[in-house]
Amino acid sequence: MPSTFFTASPQWRWFIVAYFFFGGLAGGSYFLATLMDLFGKGRDRRLTQLGYLIAFPLVGLCGLVLTVDLGRPERFWHMLIESETFRPIIKTYSPMSLGAWALLCFGGCAFLSFVAVLAERGWLVWPLLRHLSPPAFVGRLVTVIGALLGFYVAGYTGVLLAVTNRPIWADTTLLGLTFLISAASTSAALLILLGSWGNVSSDSIDALERFDASVLVLEAAAIAALIGSLGRIALVWLSGWGVLLAMMVLGGIVLPLYMRWRARGPRWALRPVLILLGGLILRAVIVLSSDRIT
Amino acid sequence: MAEPMGFFTDTTVCIGCKACEVACKEWNQLPAANGGVRTLSGDSYDNTRHLDGIHWRHVKFIEQFSADRREGRWLLMSDVCKHCVRAGCLEVCPTGAIIRTEFDTVVIQSDACNGCRDCIGACPFGVIGINPASGTAQKCTLCYDRMKVGLEPACAKACPTESINFGTIADLKKMAQARVGRLQGAGERRAYLYGTDEAMLGGLNSFYLLVDKPEVYGLPPDPKIPSRNLKSSSVWSVLGAVAIVLTSLVNFRNRGSRDA
Repeated sequence: MPSTFFTASPQWRWFIVAYFFFGGLAGGSYFLATLMDLFGKGRDRRLTQLGYLIAFPLVGLCGLVLTVDLGRPERFWHMLIESETFRPIIKTYSPMSLGAWALLCFGGCAFLSFVAVLAERGWLVWPLLRHLSPPAFVGRLVTVIGALLGFYVAGYTGVLLAVTNRPIWADTTLLGLTFLISAASTSAALLILLGSWGNVSSDSIDALERFDASVLVLEAAAIAALIGSLGRIALVWLSGWGVLLAMMVLGGIVLPLYMRWRARGPRWALRPVLILLGGLILRAVIVLSSDRIT
Repeated sequence: MAEPMGFFTDTTVCIGCKACEVACKEWNQLPAANGGVRTLSGDSYDNTRHLDGIHWRHVKFIEQFSADRREGRWLLMSDVCKHCVRAGCLEVCPTGAIIRTEFDTVVIQSDACNGCRDCIGACPFGVIGINPASGTAQKCTLCYDRMKVGLEPACAKACPTESINFGTIADLKKMAQARVGRLQGAGERRAYLYGTDEAMLGGLNSFYLLVDKPEVYGLPPDPKIPSRNLKSSSVWSVLGAVAIVLTSLVNFRNRGSRDA
């Protein structure tokens, strides 16, 4: 029996699944908005704004579910400040320590970009806020730093699981990669879903759909590599969890790709919803199936 | 720094009396049952079942009998935190609540812990759990408070057969090697030490004399430090980020002849 099967479960359940999902969406929406800002066209601005608008509330939600999940929620600040000396605490070899700081800094960038969009749309009137929107230097700096942190927030959760001794999680090093790619696919799906209801250029949506299709192929490859890297340990998924994972791959990756290829179904709703559900199920299977072992 | 201290547990002389469990709970004021729930495990004489936030000592009862029960033996083992020299729990703890003491033992400071539970999944031995009374992660402290005033840990003090031995690691290793030699000389060829080899997490400051494979005692054959996956997981994640950037570059930039 592998050594990881002799360990105890940290009882990370639905709050953590929710955090991994919303964290992926927050980080993904932000870095996609920035990538579209950097590599896209001027007409993509509405979609870019949408990315920044949804990232900030999502990162707030992440902080909330993480705090509620603690055994002592009132001590959430101990993640950042050493409780006896009141000095900042950061452990570079602890993914949770780095992740707490990344989430805080990412939240700061997401907030600045959020208010910048409010100013762009005329909902906030304060001339200085113009500097927070690209292509102004400060705005560009904030969004690039925020995008890098967004990548980190979206992917470190998989690294966090790998840096334990739990079955499945610590038996592969591909969870960070898989979560990161899934964050990109689900965030693109969320932007497509919300953008189709808003006043967003159809050309921007088309570009994002092409991107999402490519990322879904990458995601399928990452999941196949993940299962392969687990070796015999993947046999624990010869259970209801495996069925759920297969449903995720079929319903959340293969079916949306098929629908796009055959140009079937209303593009503004079903495909993005399937992709989003797939991202949620992927995280639930990985987090909860390990919890059920030993 | 004081000399490294720890436990040597000789499982061959354990009689399963559970005096260590009781002494531990009494000294550390741990609740007898979780929220008043008392259930029988149905597994031999073991209703403690596993180490966790309110069980810092656990006497394991392993029954090895033939199908007709004519042949068999009991293996008894008092389990506890291993106080690893390279401790996974200490490594991952984001709050700094887990510290290494001057005795080279590993202690969770309950007033600093916020109950994130990262240490529980990081421990290679499944030792740590949440104490529902405090909402924080807890485990054996090797009776740090007693050691500070020159007393031995409560479990070792209570053990009537000297299965649990407390002392400096150097002395305990000598004692353990001599005991293995005596047992092997007497014909018990299966006797060996688990946790003295520094290849295992730098050495365990609580190590055991066993007479069967570690798995039989519920011990991992090859415990590892959690950070072994940190570098490769991070590299794969960065490669994923690069793939996403390249994919976005291709799909966001190339849009045929339409511009602006």
